[in-house]
Amino acid sequence: MLIALLFPFLAAALLALPVREKRDLIVRLSALVPLGLLSFFIYNSQQTPTMQRNAWLRDMPVSLDLYFDGLSFLFILLITGIGTAIFVYAGAYMKGHAYSQRLMAFLMLFMGAMLGVVLSDNLIALFVFWELTSISSFFLIGFNNENEASRKSALTALAVTGSGGLVMLIGFIGLGEVAGTYSIQEIIAQRDAVVNHTAYGWITGLILFGAITKSAQFPFHFWLPGAMKAPTPVSAYLHSATMVKAGIYLIARLTPALGDTPFWNQTLLVLGGVTMLYAAFQSLFHKDMKSILAYSTVSALGILVFLLGIGTSASILAASVFILVHGLYKATLFLVTGIVDHETGSRDVSQLSGLRKVMLPVAIAGLLAAISNAGIPPSFGFIGKDLIYEATELKGHLLTALAVLTNIFLLVAGFLAGWKPFAGPLQPEHQKVHLPEMAMWLPPLLLASLGILFGLFPQLIEKTIVAPVFQSISGTAFTGHLALWHGFNFVLLLSSITIVGGLVLYFIIKPSTALNSFIVKSEKFGPKVILTGIANGFDLFARLYTKFFQNGYLRYYIIFIMLTLIGLLGFEMWHYTTLETNNRLATEVTFYEGVTIFILLVSVVIIVFSQSRLASVAALGVMGLAICIVFVFYSAPDLAMTQFTIDTLTVILFVLVLYKLPKFIPLRFTPHHIRDAVIALGFGALISILTLEVLTKNVNREISEFYAANSYVLAKGKNVVNVILVDFRGADTIVEIAVLSIAAIGVFSLLKLRLPKKERIE
Amino acid sequence: MNPNLIISPILLPLLGAIVLMGFWANPKIQRRLSLVFHGIAVLLAAFLLAAVSDGTIIVMQAGSWGAPFGITYVADALSALMVLLTAIAGLAVGIFSSASIKSARAAFGFFPLIQFLLMGLNGSFLAGDLFNLYVWFEVIIISSFVLITLGGEKAQLEGAIKYVTMNLLASVIFLTGIAILYGILGSLNLADLAIRVQETPDKGLISAAAILFLVAFGIKSALFPMYFWLPASYHTPPAAVSAIFGGLLTKVGVYAFIRIFSLLFIQDPFIQKLLIGIGVLTMVSGALGAIVSVNLRKIFSYLIISHIGFMIGGLGLFTPLALAGAVLYMAHDIIAKTNIFLITGVIYKIKGSFRLEKLSGLYNEFPYLSIVFAISMFSIVGTPPLSGFWPKVWLLQASWQAGDYWMLGGIILASFLTLWIVVKIWSVVFWRKKPDVINTRVRNELAAALPKNRNAVLIAVGMLTAVSLFIGFGVQPLADLCLTIADQLIDTEGYIQTVLQ
Repeated sequence: MLIALLFPFLAAALLALPVREKRDLIVRLSALVPLGLLSFFIYNSQQTPTMQRNAWLRDMPVSLDLYFDGLSFLFILLITGIGTAIFVYAGAYMKGHAYSQRLMAFLMLFMGAMLGVVLSDNLIALFVFWELTSISSFFLIGFNNENEASRKSALTALAVTGSGGLVMLIGFIGLGEVAGTYSIQEIIAQRDAVVNHTAYGWITGLILFGAITKSAQFPFHFWLPGAMKAPTPVSAYLHSATMVKAGIYLIARLTPALGDTPFWNQTLLVLGGVTMLYAAFQSLFHKDMKSILAYSTVSALGILVFLLGIGTSASILAASVFILVHGLYKATLFLVTGIVDHETGSRDVSQLSGLRKVMLPVAIAGLLAAISNAGIPPSFGFIGKDLIYEATELKGHLLTALAVLTNIFLLVAGFLAGWKPFAGPLQPEHQKVHLPEMAMWLPPLLLASLGILFGLFPQLIEKTIVAPVFQSISGTAFTGHLALWHGFNFVLLLSSITIVGGLVLYFIIKPSTALNSFIVKSEKFGPKVILTGIANGFDLFARLYTKFFQNGYLRYYIIFIMLTLIGLLGFEMWHYTTLETNNRLATEVTFYEGVTIFILLVSVVIIVFSQSRLASVAALGVMGLAICIVFVFYSAPDLAMTQFTIDTLTVILFVLVLYKLPKFIPLRFTPHHIRDAVIALGFGALISILTLEVLTKNVNREISEFYAANSYVLAKGKNVVNVILVDFRGADTIVEIAVLSIAAIGVFSLLKLRLPKKERIE
Repeated sequence: MNPNLIISPILLPLLGAIVLMGFWANPKIQRRLSLVFHGIAVLLAAFLLAAVSDGTIIVMQAGSWGAPFGITYVADALSALMVLLTAIAGLAVGIFSSASIKSARAAFGFFPLIQFLLMGLNGSFLAGDLFNLYVWFEVIIISSFVLITLGGEKAQLEGAIKYVTMNLLASVIFLTGIAILYGILGSLNLADLAIRVQETPDKGLISAAAILFLVAFGIKSALFPMYFWLPASYHTPPAAVSAIFGGLLTKVGVYAFIRIFSLLFIQDPFIQKLLIGIGVLTMVSGALGAIVSVNLRKIFSYLIISHIGFMIGGLGLFTPLALAGAVLYMAHDIIAKTNIFLITGVIYKIKGSFRLEKLSGLYNEFPYLSIVFAISMFSIVGTPPLSGFWPKVWLLQASWQAGDYWMLGGIILASFLTLWIVVKIWSVVFWRKKPDVINTRVRNELAAALPKNRNAVLIAVGMLTAVSLFIGFGVQPLADLCLTIADQLIDTEGYIQTVLQ
C-alpha cells in the first residue's frame, strides 16, 4: 500500500522531466496512474479495515502507518475514480498547451497528497500530506500564472487553507500529547480520556478550524469561488471531489474520537447550516457556470458538515451517501462546463442556449447530473436527498426547513449549470460549435450515468461502500437498506416539495447581468471583504510597527538597546539583588585619588556641556589620562602606559577627523538632552551599583594566585602580566593579533578601493 | 582522536588566510586556492563530528596549562555540528564567490577575509573559555565589518556604521558581564564557572550578569528589540557576503546563548521566561518586518530575525525536545538561509535587481531553476516534509508539554507569515509576467557569464539545496545527533568533568 501511495509522487517527478517529443501522448498516458491505483484499491478493498505499519522517523511522533477502511476507501474511490476521468479529460483539454506536462505533474502530486491524507493513520503524517495538498493546489490554481486574477486567487486560497492547516497542527499536537499517541485509531480507542480532558475544547476548535477552512465553510468559503480561475479540469478535481472534501474527511475520521459532544455537534451544525443556505442562495445569482458550481459546491460541503454535526446514525448514513452523490454529479457538471467553455469560449448561462443540438452527449451528461443533483427519482441523488430529510426530520422542523430550502436552491443551480446551456434555441454564433473528441465527453457522461445507475441499483454500493463508511464514522454496523422507494411518508412529501419548488423557481429565475451585479454589490458586506479588511489592517499595523522600530536612526537603535538593558537589569536588581555596600572602601580615599577623581568629573562636565568640538575632544583626552592615573594607583603601571598611548593616539585621530567635518552647530538645550541624560545616568548608576556589589564579595583568587606563584617557576618569566599575555593565555593574544591584521586590510581597502562602476550594486 | 586536532578547524582558515594573502596581487590564484581550503575544512569538520557524535567530548588545553588556568578548547557534539555546518556553508559561499566576486574586491583581500571570518566562527564554537569566546567575537566583528565595507559604496558604509556600532556595544556589554562574573567567581573557564555558579551564594549578582550576557548575545543574534543592525546592513554587501552573514553570523550569537546559558544561567526561572518572551516577540517582529519589505534581501533579513526567535524560545523552554528542536532548527536555518541569500544573488544576476517591483517572470524563463529555488523557499517556511518542518514539530510538542501557549501561537503566526511572504515572492518574482524595467547598465549577467562561472554559481545553490533536502527527507541521523546534544546541554556534568579532569 505504501508503494501505491508513493507511486503518484514518482510519476509526478517523471512528468516534470523535460520531454521534446510526444508530449501529448505522455500527458494522456498519465491517466493510467489513477486507473491503476483505482484497480489496486478496489482489488484490496475486500480486506478492510487493514492497518499497514511503516516506520518513518524514530525520534519524531510520525510514522507512515496506513489505515485502509471504509471511509478511506470511499475517498480513494473519489480520488482515483473521478481522478481517472479527470486525467483522461485533462489530457484532451490541455492538448497542445505548452505547459500541459507541468499541469499533469502538479495534478499527480496533488493526487498523491490526497491519497496520503485519507490513508494516514498518523496525525503528523496526515498533516504533511494535508499541507502538500495546499501547496500543490496553490500551483494548480495559479497555473495561468501570467494572469493577475489567477495569481491572486491562488494566494487567497493558500492564505486561507494554509493558515487553517497551521492552526490545525497545534490541535493535532495537542491531541497527540493529550492522548499520548499520534495514531488516530489508538486515539479513538481512548476517546473518553480525550473528551474529558480540559484541553478538549481547544483541541477540537483548532482542528475544526483547519477542517472548515479547507472545506470552505462560512465565513472562510470565499477562496473557493475565487479558485475557479484554475483550468477547468483542476476545478473539477480539486473543488468537487477531492481537496475541499479533505476537511469533511477529517471531521468524519475524527468523529469517533472527538465527536458526539455538544460542542462538536453544535459548532458543526451552525457552521454547516449557515454555509449551506448562504451559499445555495448565492448560487442563484451568478451567470458564470463555474461560479454557480462553486457556490453550489460550498453549499454541498455545508450540507455535509451539517449532517456530521447532527451526528445521529441517520445523518451519518446520509453523509456517507451524499459524499458519493455529490462527487459524481458535481464532477460531471464541472467537466460539462469545461467542454462548453472549451468549445464556445463562454461560460455565461445568460448567453448560452441550445447547445444540445451540436453536442448531444454532453447535454445528456449535463441533464443526468442535474437530475441527480435535483434528487429526481430514479437518480442516486434522490436516495441521498431522502436520507438527508430522514436525518433532519428526527431533529425538528427548523433543520428540515433549512434543508428543504437549501435543496430547492441547489436544484435550481444544478439545472442552471447542467441544463440551461443546452435548452432552448441555438444561438447563431454557436452554429459551428462541434462535439469535442471522445476523451472529453465520455468521462462526464460515464460519471453522470453512474449517478443514475446507483439510484436504480443501490445494492451495488450498499454493502461495498456505504456500509463500511457508516461503520468507520459511527463505529456501529449498518443494518438498514438503501432503496428508492420508502412508501408514502413525510420524507416523500418533502422531496416532492423540493422538486416542484425548485423547478418552479428555475423557470422564474433568469440569470442576467442585473441579477449578478446585485449579488456582487451585496458582497461588499461579505466575509471576504471583512477578512480582507482585517488583513489590510494587519498589514498597516506591520508597517507602523516596523517603521517604529526600524526607523533608520542609529541613535534610536542605541536608545532601544540601552532601555532594554536598563529595564531588564533594573528589574532584576530590584527584585533579586540585596544592596550591600562596603564602607571600608569609602574610607580609604587618599588626597591624590580625590584630585584625580575631581579632574575626571570636571572633564566629563566639559565634554557634555561644551559648545566646541575641540574642547570636548580635549576634555575626553583629559578623562582618559585621569583613568590612566587611576591604573597607576592600583599598581598597574604597564597597563597605564598602554592606555596612555592609546588615549593620546585616539585624541589625535579625533582632531584629524574633526578637521574634515563641517563646522560645529551649537546645539541648544532640548528635551532630547534630558532624555539622553536620564538614560546615561540610569545606565551608569546601575553599572556602578553592580560593580560596588561585586567588590563586596569575597573572591576565589585561586587562579590569580596560581599565575603569581607559577609565572617564574613554570613559565620562566618574571613579569606576571607578560607571562599571562604570552603564555598562560597566549591563545587570546594570538587571536588579537589576527584582529589587528584584519583591521589593517579593512583600513587599506577603505582608503584605496574604489569600485569600477559596473561592479556596483544598485 | 588526538585532542590537539580539535583546533584544526581554527588553524586551517588561519593558514588559508595567510597563504591567500601571500597571493595578494593575484586574485585568480586566490579564487582557486580558497576552494581547496574550503574543501579540506568540510572534510576536517566531518571527521571531527564523527569523533564526537556518540557523545564523546574532546578537550584540548592550550599550552598544556590545565584548566582552569589556561585556555581550553572543547569539541562536543554541538560544537562539532556547528563547525561542520559552517564548513558546508563556507564551501558553498566559496564556490559561489569564486565566480561572482569581481576582481576589484578580490584584489583587496576578499578571500583572506572570508577565511578569517570562518576562523572566528570556528573559534567561537570550540572555545571553552569565556574571555577567549569574547576574543573570537572580536575576530568575527572585525572581519565581517571589513567584508561589509569592502567596496566602499555609500549604502555599504551606512550599513556598516550601524552594524559595527551596535556590535561594539554588544562587545562592551559582553565584556562588562565577563568582568562581573570574574569579579564574583574568579574564573573564566566555562566548566569551572559552571561549578562555581552552583556554589556561590550570590545568586542575585549571577542573574544580573546573566542579563548582561542576554543583552550582549541578544544584539549579536538579533533578538527583539535589539535586531536593528541586521536589516540595516545585510542587504548592502555582495550576495556571497550577505549569504555567509545570513547563514552564520546571528547563529554564532545563538550558539553562545545556548552554550553559556545552558552551562551557567538556565536554572533561573526568570531568565527562562524572559528568553521565551523575547523569543516570541522576535518571531513576530521579524515576520512583521518581512511582510512590509519590498527588497528581497531585506525580506530575508527580517526572516532571519523571525526564525532566530524559534531557537531562543526553544532554549527558554529548556526541555530535551525543545533544545533538540532549537538545535535542529539552527542546523536547518544555517543551510537554508545561506542558500536563500545565494539565490537572491542569482536572481540579481539574472534580473539586475533585488526589488520586488522590478522582478518578474522567472518561472517561465527558468522553470527548473525556479523549482530549485522553490524548494529552498518552502524549506524556510517549514512546509512538510522539507527541512524546516521537523524542528517545528519538536518545538510545538515541547511548547504544548510546557503549557506555553504564547510560544505555540508565536510559532504558528510566524510560520504563517513566512508562508505568506514566500508565496507572495513566488507570485511576483516567479509567476508574474511584466515587461522588463531594468536599468540598462545591468544586463543579464548570468547569461553573459562564462559557462564555467555560471556552473559554479549553480553548483553552490544546488549543493545547499541538496543538503537542505537531505535534512528534510533524511532527518533521522541529524535528529539523533540533536537529541544527543540536548542531553549534553541539560546534563552538563560530562562537559564539566571532561574539561576539569
